[in-house]
Amino acid sequence: MSVVEIEKLTKRFERGDVVALQDIDLAIEPGEFVSLIGPSGCGKSTLLRVIGDLIPPTSGTVTVNGKPAPRARADHDYGIVFQDAVLFDWRTVAKNVALPLEMLGWDRGRRKRRVDEMLALVELDGFGDHHPWQLSGGMQMRVAIARALAFSPSLLLMDEPFGALDEMTRERLNMELLRIWEASLSTVVFVTHSIAEAVFLSTRVVVMSPRPGRVANIVDIDLPYPRAAQAREDPRYFELVTRVREALHLGSDLDAVAR
Amino acid sequence: MSAQPVAVAPIPRGALSQRVGRSALDWLPAAVVLVLVLVLWEATIAIFDIKRFLAPQPTAIAGNFWDNRGELLHGGWFTFQEAFGGWLIGCGLGILVAIVLARWRRLGRALQPYAVAASAIPIIAFAPITNAWFGPFGKTSKMAIAAVLCFFPVFVNTIRGLTSVRPSSIELMRSYAAGEIDIFRRVRFPTALPFIFTALKIATVLAMIGAIVGEYFGGAPEALGVLINSRNATFDFEEAWAGIGVACAFGIAFYLAVAALERLALRGAPSTEE
Repeated sequence: MSVVEIEKLTKRFERGDVVALQDIDLAIEPGEFVSLIGPSGCGKSTLLRVIGDLIPPTSGTVTVNGKPAPRARADHDYGIVFQDAVLFDWRTVAKNVALPLEMLGWDRGRRKRRVDEMLALVELDGFGDHHPWQLSGGMQMRVAIARALAFSPSLLLMDEPFGALDEMTRERLNMELLRIWEASLSTVVFVTHSIAEAVFLSTRVVVMSPRPGRVANIVDIDLPYPRAAQAREDPRYFELVTRVREALHLGSDLDAVAR
Repeated sequence: MSAQPVAVAPIPRGALSQRVGRSALDWLPAAVVLVLVLVLWEATIAIFDIKRFLAPQPTAIAGNFWDNRGELLHGGWFTFQEAFGGWLIGCGLGILVAIVLARWRRLGRALQPYAVAASAIPIIAFAPITNAWFGPFGKTSKMAIAAVLCFFPVFVNTIRGLTSVRPSSIELMRSYAAGEIDIFRRVRFPTALPFIFTALKIATVLAMIGAIVGEYFGGAPEALGVLINSRNATFDFEEAWAGIGVACAFGIAFYLAVAALERLALRGAPSTEE
């Protein structure tokens, strides 16, 4: 059974009469790491939000773990990470990570054990009593990832999580994320506008084109896991980066021709 | 990559005596200014022979305060009770109404312009009217004017705080299938709290003003405003000034108490630890 199954999905925003997504078909299998990439306005973030039932589709169906998306959201089937870490300043790091567990009604002892595990997973042991504003941007993002994975959701949705970070922090967190993904056995849908990041992380890269947002191409990334930093220097890596780049440009050219 | 607990702003912690010592040093310049002003005041009156109905000397005021301390402090306490009661009622209602109007935005949009416009009214002008409504001698009439004065800033700030939540925070909560009450309790209210406390501090000052000015239009004989007013009328300027000093002291203590409450409630927030 696919973790995410999207059929004939269209999303039209009434305001401005914009077709954000048109006739999207996509199936994501368990354990995949799928990146959505495309120029701004291609609807990649909208697609992520429709999967998470944060925005309702205009037509078409979205199924998560075999259930309609609203049911999956109610069942806590996914965790989400935004570009901004969205940590609450009035809570300590540990309490931020514990937030979804509180919502699930876990008792204090169980919460504390899990928070300690999660902070260890993102290598922030000892930072539980700090407040978010005392951490660097990269550390804040790791707290957000720990929070998203705290209740072991089978699906992790990430909306340009490293977009606001500097290149070095971003590459380090890419490695970190791969390690966490392999350890957590969850499926990841990852929105990015960095070709290098998409190719380095993913099992598949979904290339989208704008106005209206469509799937222009899907590139399978056959680089072996576990991927070390050296994978970025592999000739195959460069070939795949080129393929994604060409797919992106082709998508925009089609867009230009259509207009 | 291994995380090392470095390059992070440390939580300021130290022995209590250390902190007191440092804050005493921080206050030193302000204390010096106060002493200088008092000395200058005293000297100016002596040198230029200024009439005591314009301004008595600080030493004369201090002496008068000491002689009448029982009466003055009792009056201050009486007036403070009026201010505090009005503050509680006004702030409570302000927060409550803001919560309701932030929740039902349609109703809020209909009423908010009037609330903002009303906050521009010089409400203190109604003090004689509340005296007529609730009787001049009880505490109720002064509480009423203080409450109305406190209501508007608290209402406006609370509604601003409750509606200034980042959309991504709401999306995060919705991803956990959180309902309105959970979002309010865990996101909206904590976000609004710094806004609310700013207004609560402003309101302490307004409540004291409301109570004292209300008393100028008539109040219980023991009340501080009545005392200041009548001593002024009987040329007992030193006691009138001592009364003003007592009003200031109660007002400042009230403000500082709420500020301390704020620090306690918002501990850990970046704005309170500079």
